[in-house]
Amino acid sequence: MGLPTPDTSHLRDPRFASVYEPAEDTYLLLDALENDLPRLHAQRPTICVEIGSGSGCVSTFLGQVLTPHASLIISTDINPAATQATRQTTGRSGGAAVFAQCHTRFVQALEPRLQGNVDVLVFNPPYVVTPEEEVGSMGEAAAWAGGKDGRAVVDRLLPRVAALLAPGGVFYLVVIEENRPDEIIHLMAAQGLVGERVLERRAGRERLSILRFTKGD
Amino acid sequence: MRLITHNMLKCHVKNCTDPNQQFPLRFKDVQLEQIEAERNDEFLVRMLPRLDWPALLTTSKELGYSLPQSIPENPQDKDEFLQALHTFILETHVKEGSMVCNGCSHEYKITNGIPNMLLAEHEI
Repeated sequence: MGLPTPDTSHLRDPRFASVYEPAEDTYLLLDALENDLPRLHAQRPTICVEIGSGSGCVSTFLGQVLTPHASLIISTDINPAATQATRQTTGRSGGAAVFAQCHTRFVQALEPRLQGNVDVLVFNPPYVVTPEEEVGSMGEAAAWAGGKDGRAVVDRLLPRVAALLAPGGVFYLVVIEENRPDEIIHLMAAQGLVGERVLERRAGRERLSILRFTKGD
Repeated sequence: MRLITHNMLKCHVKNCTDPNQQFPLRFKDVQLEQIEAERNDEFLVRMLPRLDWPALLTTSKELGYSLPQSIPENPQDKDEFLQALHTFILETHVKEGSMVCNGCSHEYKITNGIPNMLLAEHEI
């Protein structure tokens, strides 16, 4: 792959101890975005949103993928340390993108204005199967604790995705097999979004996939 | 926080429902900073239909900037307009301060350039 992985060396700072560091799931998502470079350039997104941006690695990389086209890339996270980490990571990147961060849950406060306006939506959710009581923290566990089937968090967003996307908009989602990706594709089809598994990789015990959903023009 | 971000933020407190009051949020005790950025006319023009112009206008008046009442025709050819827009939405940053809802008076803090829009679960 040609584009450099964003520099997240500042995550060593103790104030970022609760921020999820880029790992196999992150890299798979970067690869999926880079594979889609021609497609993304043809689409020419104006507004991109990453939910749960963590280190900011993916938001930054998306900005690089889209360059020389400029786009507003809004990164949200429920963990304030993650929004600050994202700010530093995106701030180190060159390129044409305009970055913005917002400390919030999903896209709360942004949602009314973003309806029908999001050209690219990216979510690497907390997908790990955990006891339900581990879900809902605002610290480190927020990055991975997914509750039953690892779906507790992502299922809160899925019903809202079609309304957020602009015509022709795309949504990238990281999943593991336990999340039942085929069922997610089926659920999203009911909203009129066409989904497919664009990339798959085994990382230790996890069978990771990237799902891509597209809204019609 | 660039002012373009402010144009995307709306109060989302559960009992705050008057759409004329929830948006745009009013700035309070803000520390502004101008950071020069390269102007990209193609991007600005592409962003125009995504902006809420009346809200942008309200905010510009509040902060003492000048923008036209409405988006001019053929904006891609209007150098002065594009410069004013670029300066306002992309080069003007809020470092610290708050945003207050005109409806419910909820105050959202901006710390180190990042707005905190998170509400407690019971407020949503």
